[in-house]
Amino acid sequence: MTATGLPRWLFVPATLGLLFVVVPLVAMLLTVDWATFPSLVTSPASLDALFLSLRTSAAATILCILLGVPLAVVLARSSFRWISVVRGFVLLPLVLPPVVGGVALLYTFGRRGLIGEHLDALGIHIAFTTTAVVLAQTFVALPFLVTSLEGALRSAGSRYEDVAATLGARPTTVFRRITLPLVLPGLVSGSVLAFARALGEFGATLTFAGSLQGVTRTLPLEIYLQRETDPDAAVALSLVLILVAVVIVVAVYSRRKDRPL
Amino acid sequence: MSLTVRARVTARDVDIDLEVAQGEIVAVLGPNGAGKSTLLGVVSGLLRPDAGRVELDGRVLTDTATGVTVAPHDRSVVLLAQQALLFPHLTVAGNVEFAPRSAGAGRREARVRAVRWLREVDAAELADRRPHELSGGQAQRVALARALAAEPHLLLLDEPMAALDVTATPVLRSLLRRVLRDSGRTALLVTHDPLDVLALADRVIVIEAGRIVEDGPVRRVLTRPRSAFAARIAGTNLVTGTVRGEALESANGLVHGRVHDDCVPGTAAVAVFAPSAVAVYTDAPHGSPRNALRVRIAELEAQGSTVLVRSDTGIAAEITTAALADLDVHPGDSVWFVVKATEVGIHPAALRA
Repeated sequence: MTATGLPRWLFVPATLGLLFVVVPLVAMLLTVDWATFPSLVTSPASLDALFLSLRTSAAATILCILLGVPLAVVLARSSFRWISVVRGFVLLPLVLPPVVGGVALLYTFGRRGLIGEHLDALGIHIAFTTTAVVLAQTFVALPFLVTSLEGALRSAGSRYEDVAATLGARPTTVFRRITLPLVLPGLVSGSVLAFARALGEFGATLTFAGSLQGVTRTLPLEIYLQRETDPDAAVALSLVLILVAVVIVVAVYSRRKDRPL
Repeated sequence: MSLTVRARVTARDVDIDLEVAQGEIVAVLGPNGAGKSTLLGVVSGLLRPDAGRVELDGRVLTDTATGVTVAPHDRSVVLLAQQALLFPHLTVAGNVEFAPRSAGAGRREARVRAVRWLREVDAAELADRRPHELSGGQAQRVALARALAAEPHLLLLDEPMAALDVTATPVLRSLLRRVLRDSGRTALLVTHDPLDVLALADRVIVIEAGRIVEDGPVRRVLTRPRSAFAARIAGTNLVTGTVRGEALESANGLVHGRVHDDCVPGTAAVAVFAPSAVAVYTDAPHGSPRNALRVRIAELEAQGSTVLVRSDTGIAAEITTAALADLDVHPGDSVWFVVKATEVGIHPAALRA
């Protein structure tokens, strides 16, 4: 790949943009107190938060796949009139402040919420439980999976599906044996992105699920809390999240390049 | 009647009425965007006509009047397109097994059928390869095996050779000839190449601006095209006959030419040459040109700066108006048509006399 034809001055703002992302990370790395780092990240509160985050994010990712794959397929393959409006609603959590999402969820699944009211009558309480954390994370992460997968479905096109159909395969067979395998790379990267977004979720979780250690206090909440009392612990935990994020980004983008599909 | 199609697709301004007999192979010609793919889409069920009816072997597949629309997977109509479109995540064998598996065959039985069809298209040794490891010609052969493994009642071929290189095209063409003609399959073949039409089709329809503007036997449409489109790609001389060594034995005598590798002595073939390759003489030509045919002029047709001299045998010569003035010949006169053997191609033919 050569950079012929690129105006030279373009490299100045491009470098500034890169530095803008990298320098804060370096600044944080420089403040990490490596002597106390192991004990800070292995304190009971930290470990509780880390494992809760991993558990809820994994559950949210599975929920995103179960709901998001059908949604992406419908969005990519249907041509009914209001499809763009539907797509707009699906993407809404991307632009909505997470706190607003949390409030909305509270008015849906809270004790006096639209659905929560009826669930409450059945003895099911969702708000301020670990389930609420998973729902909040799913709410904000779903559009990441849907957009990523819808893009993959659109670029794959429906030609293979048409061929499969004329070869006598029923729609379910086509979906299972052709559609899904063809967009598997898109599904994997979409799921990883959704997992990463779930892992970083803060506003909706705090609003809808609260901050109870071991139950709803995920890693980002723990970091925010520690920042008040023990900044060193906050920095150490932030580093853990950065590490997870780096692993995810590398995993997704190195995969994409060597797939000539 | 094996296939009847009546379809109107308003958005694409297509209005087509077509009947195809059992075992008939109909070539569909026409400029891009004329409605050929729309026709195939309606028949395969991938496209719903605004009004129309499709019936295959007595079964109604589409009928807008009664609201019948049989899904594509339930039609027994398979499409072979310009691109092979082999499923990239399956092996060659997996691709060919796809249709039998979808129809409910077990793993082992599907495998047996895949091997049989791969052998049929001379691709048995490719079974374990991945689609991206195949050449264009190989991929199209596998796609043909995959289509045939579905055992369709009707095969739709949408320019199956258009994306192949010059060496792969004749191989696939003779393969199609073998598997289509010899097994009496019903097929619609969209093509731009008169050689495909000659080798494979019984009948030609020409679609222009969404309407069938010409419909007739291959020989008539290719030699005396009525539509502008057919005239552009055809308008060629065809002499039918039987292969005899390095020549074709026809009612007009022996025609020498370049004999195509697929021609088997004693079988039907057709000599193809352009009217512009034919020279006209009033006296017996000197020397010993290999192809000199004694013909009677049937009509003269002015075509701008040239004139088409049609003979009573159907063979035409294209000469300049100046040359015609020098010859001073008229309809009814006997003349000699002379063609160099190097200008004549002798191809295997599907033509029925």
